[in-house]
Amino acid sequence: MKTFDYTIKDEVGIHARPAGLLAKTAQKYESQITITKGENTVSCTRLLALMGLGVKCGDTVTVTVNGNDEDAAAAAVKTFLESNL
Amino acid sequence: MMKFTGKGVYGAIAVGKISVYERQGIRVKRIKIEDAEAEIQRFESAKAIALEQLGSIHEKALKEVGEANAQIFEIHMMMVDDEDYNDAIFGMIRTQNVNAEYAVAATAKNFSEMFSSMDDSYMQARAADVEDISNRIIACLTDGHSTNTLSDEKVIICADDLAPSETVSLDKEKILAFATAHGSSNSHTAILARNMNIPAIIGLGADFLNEIKNGTMAIADGFTGEFIIDPDEETLAAYQKKQKAETEKRMLLQELTGKENVTLDGTKINIFANIGSVDNIGAVLLNDAGGIGLFRSEFLYLEKTDYPTEEEQFRVYKKVLESMATKKVIIRTLDIGADKQADYFHLEKEENPALGLRAIRLCLERPEIFKTQLRALYRASVYGNLGIMFPMVTSVSELEEILALCDEVKNELDAEKLPYSNLELGVMIETPAAAIISDKLAPMVDFFSVGTNDLTQYTLACDRQNPHIERFCNTHHEAILRLIEMSAKNAHANGAWIGICGELAADTALTETFLRMGIDELSVSPSFVLKVRDAVRKIDLTRPEPVC
Repeated sequence: MKTFDYTIKDEVGIHARPAGLLAKTAQKYESQITITKGENTVSCTRLLALMGLGVKCGDTVTVTVNGNDEDAAAAAVKTFLESNL
Repeated sequence: MMKFTGKGVYGAIAVGKISVYERQGIRVKRIKIEDAEAEIQRFESAKAIALEQLGSIHEKALKEVGEANAQIFEIHMMMVDDEDYNDAIFGMIRTQNVNAEYAVAATAKNFSEMFSSMDDSYMQARAADVEDISNRIIACLTDGHSTNTLSDEKVIICADDLAPSETVSLDKEKILAFATAHGSSNSHTAILARNMNIPAIIGLGADFLNEIKNGTMAIADGFTGEFIIDPDEETLAAYQKKQKAETEKRMLLQELTGKENVTLDGTKINIFANIGSVDNIGAVLLNDAGGIGLFRSEFLYLEKTDYPTEEEQFRVYKKVLESMATKKVIIRTLDIGADKQADYFHLEKEENPALGLRAIRLCLERPEIFKTQLRALYRASVYGNLGIMFPMVTSVSELEEILALCDEVKNELDAEKLPYSNLELGVMIETPAAAIISDKLAPMVDFFSVGTNDLTQYTLACDRQNPHIERFCNTHHEAILRLIEMSAKNAHANGAWIGICGELAADTALTETFLRMGIDELSVSPSFVLKVRDAVRKIDLTRPEPVC
């Protein structure tokens, strides 16, 4: 299992467009990828749930990746967050 | 005649007949079903049709509003396929034995309520997206395709609200304007209308719906947000005139966009734009300005209840630079004091604030605030073509102090291994003192920028806010023009360039005078860029100077 924290820098937070792209990114991997804000954890492949987390600029989220391709998946999600959010 | 006021989301005027937008088949009944799996099959087939429709709407949007704006329909397709959404619908059909229409409607309500209850206006607006896709699936289930056939005449579409897919699906050629009772300017519909270049007014209120009738004449003013139903002749004539002027302006815009700022004899000048917030960048690009000649950084401070951090400022500067790509962006450092006050600065009340502790004086008195801004600016410099200018300088020693602080900031960044680019530094010429010693200031900087508003006030000893002295406050006063000319000569003699960023820059009666002085850049409000370009292109400097 791999886990890392990321602080959102985008002004609008995890809004529709990046949430959609993040879900697409996550769907490419076999590993379970989840994102946690406070007490709530959702699967990265679930668009509505991801948007429902209400992640805003300045919030720190924890990404957890678990599965066979977890190294590649974690790296991809990290790169995605850094360049989009 | 009846008038409603909403929020205009795209500035343009439309005059024409109303067409009330009707939806079909959205009323959903709860029906008990026997075969849950068959009902799920019905849902799956309807979903497939909905996805296909969204696919073609996406295609249409790609052509009409561009990739970035069309993306919402890709998101819609993902929402239709969303696991949680589908699980909720399956669950409801299986456990409650309800029809698919009802399950979709109930699920849509739950998700849209989740968004509506979020404490963020952007997310609240997403409720409309969930409802949009759900209504589409329900329409597919009941075969009630929302086919709004429009007549051949162009009309103003009126509705309670329009979903993004409805907005894009309408035939653009037949629409004069959109007017809705509800909706937010954050909604994708508003964004799409803006990109389709169609005047749109939203939030006209529920009463508006009672007054709209098919075929009634109406006026939609996207500038003011006014919607007039059944206008009298006088009003109609006034708006037709306004519309004509607008069309001419738009023609000018089309005609002059992309053209050079060059006189008949081949003299070139830069025309940049003045802005006060990141929100104005759209207008800068739309009006084809060559860069930003004055970015007032005060808004970062005035909007806050405490000092903006280096990080906050860095993000804003970076965004401006990135949006302007390689074009020049000149940011003026904090110009606070006098009429611009923020409580947390705790400035003492002054007898004569225009001559008091303001702008660079305040920055030099409180170097920690100034250095935070300088650090943010230098760090952002790697993202574009940045220039920094300092307001209200009156002496060489002040400029020395400023430059020493810049060096200090650069040394700090070097030590922290934070990158910065070579940027241009400039001084504003807005006091007679600065103009008179411009020969001494010019060798120390890369450029001058003349702030004509303050220069006029200080040279003529005229408070521009005071209506009683208007006739003494001649902005074309020879003293002011001589000071500008003197500064231009001294700038050029020392290899610096000079621009004008005050109101005078947009005064086309002086454009030729400025060109003759050799002014390199004029920075004006975005909406004046093309007007000045038009003036420049009609000037011939080889002709004898007109006698004033």
